[in-house]
Amino acid sequence: MSTNSPALKLPSMGSMINTYGTVLILIVLLIVAQAMSDVFLTQRNMFNILRQVTATGLMSIGMLLVILTRGIDLSVGSVAALGSVASATFVADMSPVMGVAATIGLGGLCGLASGILVGFLRLPPFVTTLAIMTIARGAALIMSQGQPIRMGADGASITAFGSGFWLGVPLPVILLIAAFVVAAIVLTFTRFGRLVKAIGSNEDAVRLSGINVQFYIISVYVISGMLAAAAGIVSTTRTGIGSANIGVGAELDAIAAVVIGGASLMGGRGNAINTFIGVFILGIIANLMNLAGVPGFYQQVFKGGIIIAAMLLQYGSTLVKR
Amino acid sequence: MALKDATLRLKSGEVHALLGENGAGKSTLMNVLGGALTPDSGDIRIGGEPVMFKTPHDAIRRGVAVIHQEMALATDLTVAENIFLGRLPARINWRNMRRKAKALIERLGFEISPGATVSDLSVAHQQVVEIAKALSLNARVVVFDEPTAVLSTQDAERLLSVIRQLREDGVGVVYISHRLDEVFRIADRVTVLKDGVSIDTLNAAETSVNGVIELMVGRKLSAIFGEDVPREIGEVALKVNNLGAEGRVTPLSFELRRGEILGFGGLVGAGRTDLVRMIFGADRAQTGHIEVFGKEHRMRTPRAGVRAGLGLVPESRKDQGVLLDFPIRTNVTMPRLGPVTAPFGFIRFGAEAQTVDGLAKALRLKANSTKDPVSSLSGGNQQKVVLAKWIHAEGEILIFDEPTRGVDVGAKTEIYTLIRQMAAEGKAIIVISSEHHELFGLCDRVLVMREGTLTGALMPDEYSEANLLKLAMS
Repeated sequence: MSTNSPALKLPSMGSMINTYGTVLILIVLLIVAQAMSDVFLTQRNMFNILRQVTATGLMSIGMLLVILTRGIDLSVGSVAALGSVASATFVADMSPVMGVAATIGLGGLCGLASGILVGFLRLPPFVTTLAIMTIARGAALIMSQGQPIRMGADGASITAFGSGFWLGVPLPVILLIAAFVVAAIVLTFTRFGRLVKAIGSNEDAVRLSGINVQFYIISVYVISGMLAAAAGIVSTTRTGIGSANIGVGAELDAIAAVVIGGASLMGGRGNAINTFIGVFILGIIANLMNLAGVPGFYQQVFKGGIIIAAMLLQYGSTLVKR
Repeated sequence: MALKDATLRLKSGEVHALLGENGAGKSTLMNVLGGALTPDSGDIRIGGEPVMFKTPHDAIRRGVAVIHQEMALATDLTVAENIFLGRLPARINWRNMRRKAKALIERLGFEISPGATVSDLSVAHQQVVEIAKALSLNARVVVFDEPTAVLSTQDAERLLSVIRQLREDGVGVVYISHRLDEVFRIADRVTVLKDGVSIDTLNAAETSVNGVIELMVGRKLSAIFGEDVPREIGEVALKVNNLGAEGRVTPLSFELRRGEILGFGGLVGAGRTDLVRMIFGADRAQTGHIEVFGKEHRMRTPRAGVRAGLGLVPESRKDQGVLLDFPIRTNVTMPRLGPVTAPFGFIRFGAEAQTVDGLAKALRLKANSTKDPVSSLSGGNQQKVVLAKWIHAEGEILIFDEPTRGVDVGAKTEIYTLIRQMAAEGKAIIVISSEHHELFGLCDRVLVMREGTLTGALMPDEYSEANLLKLAMS
């Protein structure tokens, strides 16, 4: 055991970057952005960014939970598409509340399928959720018959949400922030959050402590599915159209947000606030490139490069030591 | 640091036993000798000449051969090919090679066809092939790592005579073994390692099994175990009926009472861990059932085990016992979160701190704060965290699988005392250990297993390494 007093130990540069890396990246980006454009730091633009990342943000919460258990959920983008189509369809058939509930339930079922395959049958999460991704995308295309679904007057009540404000803040943004607040509280203060992280850190030890590990693994995939469906609904409320083609590649944005937020893909480490910052960072990058007039195709290349840079900052300090 | 300051002087034509508890640095020293590890300091000399081993190949070239416990043979090749592996000429004269291989094996007193595939051989014969390989390299130093651990008594005897033969040929033999009786039959001298330091080198004739154990653990045997607490043996707590799983545990039955400490002895891989994992619910049994305080259970999950009042302190603490990166508190309350959880699953952090601090004090856990991660603790204190888990969980039947592995001597004594205290409080206890003196010093009764089968029981007046090994080996 180490004998030096912990009071004398100063945090190393490396550990500082590990702890505050995400915030650091955010600050650097904000400074750069402010220098590049004087409209960037306006309230209007900030809300704009947050509104654009609402869907990614919701998915990244589920992704964070899954990654904390040392899993991955590649199906979120497709489940969001299914959610978009389902909500547009259901809202026409039933009451808005029921339609939304049924859609989220459908997302939960997709998650349940992944969860059972991963939790009970011990299939690798990567391939399992890849399969569910294809199935969900296919289901969305079948349900919509490949056509965008216009909700028309039936959808008025839910499109009101997409374009609505409360105290000057867009409603989807309120939803996003509320979801992150709940996630932060659950992860920090509850038994559920603690055990989810513990499972990712050492599943065997948790199981041998008499914890029903399978329940928690299934739960995180179900939550991820429900949040992905919710992301699809949000997208529908913004455009008024249910589409089977949304959310392509969204799982990668969600994973990127979680990883930029400092979570470990090896499970057990990560938190909701940093994931939120990760989502925000992705939004700023996209927004900046729009403001700077970077053409769409180039944006993808830049985005990948910036994600790599962010990761190097996060993980670089641990890698160099080896 | 696995090896701090170890000196080993090996004479040619002697068998030199290297002894120490698990984690004392034997394997590290062996790897240094064999060139698998490069030392940070110190040197190796052969015949007074300093040598540098950067790879296992360097060691072999200098005449140092290591016979590992997990043998390093290419199992799909023939005996002869294995013996000359790495030195095969571009054009092989098969007949010549086989003839040479045959001669080497015969010199060891065995008859093995040089054309046989290694995977078809018994473990003992595979070991002979390894030794023949070492001989073919003209090894002047041969290191044996637990060579008899997997052998039958008969094969072990033959191996010992091979080693005597090597000694007569002037080879220096380093012999690592847990079996002290055996060591005293073959070794000329013994060197004892403890915590990576070579404590002493003695002539075998001038010491004894107990003398060596005391050197290995660093204090008098009577002091290691401390005072036994008076205990009352009570009702039957655990009844195991015909519990078995194919290929691992032959159906077996036994009873364990409150206040009793029951030991399980046997060789590594004898099925003891499999057995307790089935009792606890970590693995599923195929036959039989267990009764806990008269109530029948089929343990399908560890959760069922915990609910029935069982607790398992697993063999591999870091992989199965604790969450290293998590606070002590989180670890301790994990098996029974109920008392520290408020409605809606919120953790009552205050209550948790109080509970765990109390336990830490009672167990004399050396930690600055129970908020610290378990990784900041020494091995012995980590083990106390695992103990605290099951005390918090109010387990009535506690199973300890190698409870003192990787734990220093002071903490060992404390853990023994805690185990006895728990037994005195009426808990029923199972201890698995590969350190024989630990079983004998701690347990009221020792059951012995061999290859998944219960082969017998020893009562305190029958406690001896010879009696235990008789049951543990065929």
